[in-house]
Amino acid sequence: MIQTGWSLVLVGVMAVLTFLLGYVGSRRANTTPDFLVARRAVPATRNAAAISGEYLSAASFLGVAGLVLKDGIDALWYPIGFTAGYLAMMLFVAAPLRRSGAYTLPDFAEARLGSLRLRKFCTFFVICIGVLYLVPQLQSAGLTLNTITGLPPWLGVVVVIAIVAVNVLGGGMRAITLVQAFQYWGKLFAIAAPTFVLFVLFLGGPGNGAQPVDSSGVLRFPEDAKVTTVDEVRVRVDVAMELSATGVLNGSYADGSVYWRPGLYEVGAQTELRFTAGSPVPVVEGSPTSNHDWLRPQTDGLSGLFETYSLIFATFLGTMGLPHILVRFYTNPDGRAARRTALHVLYLLGLFYLFPTVLGVISRQYLPRLLVTGKTDTAVLLLPSTMQPNLLGQVLGAVVAAGAFAAFLSTSSGLVVSVAGVVSTDILPGKVRDFRWATVITGGLGIALALALPGADASLTVAMSFALAASTFCPLLLLGIWWRGLTWVGAMVGLVVGGGLVIGAQVVTVISSYTGKWAASVFSQPALVTVPVAFLTMIMISKLTARRRPEDVSRILLRLHAPDPLGFMQDRDVQRFGTAEEKARQDENKRRDDSASPPLS
Amino acid sequence: MTSHSGPPGQPDQPQPAERDAWLSVSARKNRRRRVVLADPRGRGRVLRTIIELEEQTSVGEKLIRDLIRQQLRTGLLLGGGTLLFLALLPVAFYLLPWLSDVQLLGVRLPWLLLGLLPFPLCYGVGYAYRGLAERHEQDFVSSVDR
Repeated sequence: MIQTGWSLVLVGVMAVLTFLLGYVGSRRANTTPDFLVARRAVPATRNAAAISGEYLSAASFLGVAGLVLKDGIDALWYPIGFTAGYLAMMLFVAAPLRRSGAYTLPDFAEARLGSLRLRKFCTFFVICIGVLYLVPQLQSAGLTLNTITGLPPWLGVVVVIAIVAVNVLGGGMRAITLVQAFQYWGKLFAIAAPTFVLFVLFLGGPGNGAQPVDSSGVLRFPEDAKVTTVDEVRVRVDVAMELSATGVLNGSYADGSVYWRPGLYEVGAQTELRFTAGSPVPVVEGSPTSNHDWLRPQTDGLSGLFETYSLIFATFLGTMGLPHILVRFYTNPDGRAARRTALHVLYLLGLFYLFPTVLGVISRQYLPRLLVTGKTDTAVLLLPSTMQPNLLGQVLGAVVAAGAFAAFLSTSSGLVVSVAGVVSTDILPGKVRDFRWATVITGGLGIALALALPGADASLTVAMSFALAASTFCPLLLLGIWWRGLTWVGAMVGLVVGGGLVIGAQVVTVISSYTGKWAASVFSQPALVTVPVAFLTMIMISKLTARRRPEDVSRILLRLHAPDPLGFMQDRDVQRFGTAEEKARQDENKRRDDSASPPLS
Repeated sequence: MTSHSGPPGQPDQPQPAERDAWLSVSARKNRRRRVVLADPRGRGRVLRTIIELEEQTSVGEKLIRDLIRQQLRTGLLLGGGTLLFLALLPVAFYLLPWLSDVQLLGVRLPWLLLGLLPFPLCYGVGYAYRGLAERHEQDFVSSVDR
C-alpha cells in the first residue's frame, strides 16, 4: 500500500493529540462527579461538539458512504434517522432528564419508580446496548487499520481500546469531553476536505477512471480488475459474463476461466476473481445490481417499504435510549442548557451528514470492485487514492484515515465511560478505583467480542442496537417523564418483553445468515413491531398494577418539569442512592458550605 | 449586596428576609422579623408559591400539570409533524414512481428530499421547540412570581 506512510503519520498524530488533550483535561479530575459527569459544568457549545463527536461513530463516518455505494438512495434513511432521533431526544427527554439529576439510566429508573429490581434490569440492558454498539466500532477500527496499512485487524482493536482505556483511566468524563469536542471538528475536516477536492475532480474530469454504464443501467468494470474476497459472499449476476477465478466457487475449487449465467453464486473466502474491462459487476446479494434501481427510492416493493419504516422507527426512537448519549446530558449545568446543547447538536450533525452521501455517490463511479466483496465500509478510505493515484490522493486518504480513527476513538471512549460508569456504581461499590476496574473489564469484554464475532456492516449492527434501545429505554423514558401512571412492574415487564423480542429477532437473523438466509426482513429490522409492543406492555401492566404507583410521583414530575430558575433541580439523590462514603462527603461539603457562605444559592 | 443593611458593627449579616427564606415554614412563624416593604426580587413571595408546589397543594398540582401538558403537546405536535412528513416520503416514492425522474438543478428530486432537506428541517423544528419550551417555562415562572 502506497499511502501507508502518510496514513500512519496522521493516525499517530490523531492518537497523540487525543492523548495530550486527555492529559490536559484530566489533570484536575479526582472525584466521582469529575469522572462520571465532568462536574456538570461543561458549556453548551463545547458539550454539543463533544456529543456530536461521540455520536458520529464508525457507522456514520464509514458506514453511511458504504451503504450509499451499495444500496443507493434508500441508505440515506440512516443519516436522516440518526439526526431525527436526536430531534426526538431534544423534544421529549433532554431537559427533564437533566433535571432528574441522576448519573446513569439505572439511576433515573430508580429515582422515578423507586425499585431496586428495575434498576438491575436497566443495568443489564445498558451493558447490552453499550457492548452491542462498541463491537462494530472496534471491528471497523481493525478493518481500517488493515485496509490502510495491511496490519492484522486485531491490532487495530487493541490499539483503540488501549488509547481509550488510558484516557478514561486518567480522567473519566472530564478528560473525554475535551477530547471528543476536538474530535468532532477533526472528523468534520477529515470528511469535508476530501469531499470538496474529490467532488471538484469528479465534476472536472468525467471518464477519469469512471466506469461506463450501459443503456439498461448495468454496472461494468472500467478497467481490468482483480478482487480478493475477505469472507464468504453470495453475489448476484444479472448479465451473463466470463471471468477467471482462483479459489472456492459454489463449494468447489476453481482455477482458471469461469462462465457465469445470471443467478446467485457463492464465493469462498480468500478467493481471487479477475475481471476484464467492460465486464458486468457482480453485486453482493440484497443490493441493487443495476444503476436504475440504485438511483430510485423504494424499488424493493412492500418488504423494502417495511424495512424503511422499521429503520425510521428504530433510529427516531432509539437515539434517546442510547446510554452513552444520555449520560452526556448529565454534564450540562441545568435543563435549559441541556435543551440548547441538543439544538446545537442538530446543527452539527446536519452539517456532517452532507458529506458521506456525496462520497458514497462518487465511489459508485470509481470503486465497483467493493460491490463484489461487500466490504463497502472501506469506500471512504480507498476513494481518494483510487481517484488520484498520486501525492494528493495519498494525503487525502491519510486525512480520511485519521478522521475514521478519531471516530472509533471518540465513540468507543463514550461507550466505555458510560458502561463503566454503570458497572462501577451498580455492580461494584462505586468509588474511583472501581470505575477504573470497570473500565478495564469493559474494554476487555469489547476486545473479546470484537475478535470472536463475525464482522458485519457497521451501520447494520448499529441499527440493531438502536432497535434494542428503542424497544427498552425509549418507552421507559417517555412514559417515565410524561405519564404519571407508570409503575415499576409495568416498566420491568415492558423492558423484558421489548428487549427480549429484539434479542430473539437478532438470534434468528444470525442463525438464518448461517443457514441460507430464510428469515424475513421483520427479523433483521424488528423495531416497527417491537417498539409498539413494548409501549403497550408497559402501559397495560402499569394500569393493572396501579396500586404500586410511587407515592411521590407528583413531586418527582415537578422536579423533572419545573423551570430551572425555581430551583427544584437536584443532583443525584445521595440520601437514596449514595454509598456510605459519598454520604459522608456530602455532609462534610454541606457543613463547609454552611459555614463559608450565606446559604443563598 | 449594595447597601449596608445590618446593625452597625456587623456589616456582613445577611438580610433577615433572606435568612428566613431558608428556614422551614413553622420556624418562620415564631420568629420576630423585620418587614422589608420593597424587596426588589420578591423572593419571599416566589418562595411561598414554590412551597405550595412542593407541598402538592391543589394550586401547585394544577400549575405543574398544566405545564407538563403544554410541553408535551408542543413536543408531540412538532415531533409528530416531522415524523409524519418523513414517513410520508417512502410511501410517496412507492406509490408515485415518477417522482424519481423529476430533476431539480440537475439532481433527482428524491436525492434532494432525502439527502439535503431533512437536516435543516430537523434543526428548524428544534429551534422552534426551544423557543416555545423556554417561553412556556418563562410564563410558568412569571405566573408563580405574581
